[in-house]
Amino acid sequence: MNTFAELIIVFIILLNLVLAVSGSLSVCIRLAAIQGVAAGLLPLMAVGGMRGRAMAFAGFIILLKGVVFPWLMFRAREKTGARRDVDPLIGYPASIMLCLGAFAASSWLGSRLPLPHSGVAFIIPASLATIFTGFLLITTRAKAITQVLGYLVIENGIYIFGLALFVEQPLMVELAILLDVFVAVFVMGIAIFQISREFDHIDTDQMAELTDWHRPEDAKW
Amino acid sequence: MVTLLLTLPLIAGLAAFIIEDDALRRRLLLGASAGHSALTAALFLARIQPRSACISAPAGEWFGLDALGLIFLGITSVLFLGAAVYAVCYLELEKRNPGEEAEEGFIFNNAPEAVFTGCLLLFLAAMTAVTASRNLGILWASVEATTLLSAPLIYFHRHKRSLEATWKYLLICSVGIALALMGNLFLGAAGLKTGFGLNLDALLSGAQQLDKPLLKAAFLFLFVGYGTKMGLAPFHTWLPDAHSEAPSVVSALLSGALLNCAFLGILRAIQICSGAGLADFTGGILTLFGLLSLITSGLFILGQRDYKRLLAYSSIEHMGIMALGTGLGGGAVYGALLNAIGHSLSKAGLFFTSGLILAAYKTKRISEVKGLLGRAPRTAALWLTGFFLITGTPPSGIFLGKFLILKAAVASGKYLVTGVYLVFLGIVFAGLARIFIDMSFGVRDGAAPEEKPFVEPAGMIWPVCIFFACVLTLGFYVPAWLETLLNSAQALIRKGP
Repeated sequence: MNTFAELIIVFIILLNLVLAVSGSLSVCIRLAAIQGVAAGLLPLMAVGGMRGRAMAFAGFIILLKGVVFPWLMFRAREKTGARRDVDPLIGYPASIMLCLGAFAASSWLGSRLPLPHSGVAFIIPASLATIFTGFLLITTRAKAITQVLGYLVIENGIYIFGLALFVEQPLMVELAILLDVFVAVFVMGIAIFQISREFDHIDTDQMAELTDWHRPEDAKW
Repeated sequence: MVTLLLTLPLIAGLAAFIIEDDALRRRLLLGASAGHSALTAALFLARIQPRSACISAPAGEWFGLDALGLIFLGITSVLFLGAAVYAVCYLELEKRNPGEEAEEGFIFNNAPEAVFTGCLLLFLAAMTAVTASRNLGILWASVEATTLLSAPLIYFHRHKRSLEATWKYLLICSVGIALALMGNLFLGAAGLKTGFGLNLDALLSGAQQLDKPLLKAAFLFLFVGYGTKMGLAPFHTWLPDAHSEAPSVVSALLSGALLNCAFLGILRAIQICSGAGLADFTGGILTLFGLLSLITSGLFILGQRDYKRLLAYSSIEHMGIMALGTGLGGGAVYGALLNAIGHSLSKAGLFFTSGLILAAYKTKRISEVKGLLGRAPRTAALWLTGFFLITGTPPSGIFLGKFLILKAAVASGKYLVTGVYLVFLGIVFAGLARIFIDMSFGVRDGAAPEEKPFVEPAGMIWPVCIFFACVLTLGFYVPAWLETLLNSAQALIRKGP
């Protein structure tokens, strides 16, 4: 069964690279969703025995990450009219170099961390690289919607990291975390509507009214 | 009892969304916060009476209150009661005068009052859950819930500036808290062999068996995660924006109650680390970032042009002082907790007062608020009192806290830390003094437009007076029950010298 799990891990790493270079917003939303579903499939492969609770929970995660989140994101995209590309603040070659560098660094870090050994190769580096890709999307993409996407990718990474560590949280905690992530995406979606209505765009790099670094021309203060 | 404490604001908050009558909803807000305070008081009483100690002993897998949680719950509950009284008057005022943007003068709408009240009560429920949780997973989920529930509160005034602040707050805090989730996972891995999970009591009693390197990693992630929410520099960037753009009553709650809740998350991690013999490791990190926050806030206070941002930076300063005190250990932990109480009460009072100034002058610019004493004498008196209390001028309770931290720093022979601490406390005092005195006594250039005197509603004055009186009293006299509580909380955090 581990070969399957390892294939999924490789798939997730490749998805990170594609996320870093793809220019279309709708493709990015789909990629993040696919990554979430792949991550949701992982526990079914690694555990081996199909237990009822794990099955139900994985199904719930796949439903949330594969159906509900992309639906919310596509709705936000349509309502704000943000149909164009993702507006990267740095070039795609730079993005992919950063992503590859992150994977190299994660592999090194994963071999150094004194973590309990899981049977699946590369699962720790893959999770760390996914988290890094999420940060990359948040910091180097201009649109508010891509920042939410980055948040989702970070969540995917953390989920894989939790699987790698075998940390089994009580069901109540898991559900509370999922509820929080769901509400977070929901609230951020509402905030994006408001931003597009108020500013006529959702480019967060142009939201810079609140600052303590005043330019000389605001001398009226 | 704890269950009741959690469900009361939850149900009231949900009810507030569907109640259509404004007056009824406001009464619900007052009633629920009064009920919450009464329940909290009952918990304090149960704790004080020595024979019934077993009642308040932490019980249950998910929720329970120890001395530390009880202190923070007390702060939250008292603050919320004051905020509810203030909010009712504030909403009344907002209803009558439609909003005018303070900086650019355009007219904006407010969010529906039902949403505001509902989120306010749910926010209280989430903060209560933070203080009462005995499982670090639940603690995490509750802290994240406070972020999500307070975001609509910051965006009560619907305009660009508050929206920008809300977006930064949502994104920075959510991502920051995602890192704390990593910390939780590391912590779970550290206790994997023994099967502790994330139950606080199990982790504390078996702290020695935890895997040390993993525990260190867990602490770093938890510190960065909850530190973002607490506003420690350099993770503080969302804080001045959110505090300055939110309505004053929300700023008061964010600053006085929410930052403390995040601090509690860090304190829980410290509890486990010091149990495992890593107290020096955590102490060094807390001291470093505490000083960094103190320095950052001092520098930004000096050139500040917006008085609500000024108060926000002062909050960062106090968070730095609390982190520093906890990092130094020993008697300084007591000082830090005392400082937490004093800061919450006086900063909430100051934010309430800043709301009055904003209502009188319609601007947040320091340079345009002059002669407050002539225009609104009562507000000015509160503003100046608040200044003396927050800067720790004796006999403020904050003075006592700061002094205990100073004493511990000197006693432990950390002279560099002591020096930086004193210099930057001086800089913050000087920076605040210039601005507060100028606002109260200054004379506006040129012909002042005809200004009618500003009359404050009583409901917006009284909470401030009571908060300030409490801080003053703390300076003279710490009641025996509070002393015991602070001491047992200190013992929980660190087996100091």
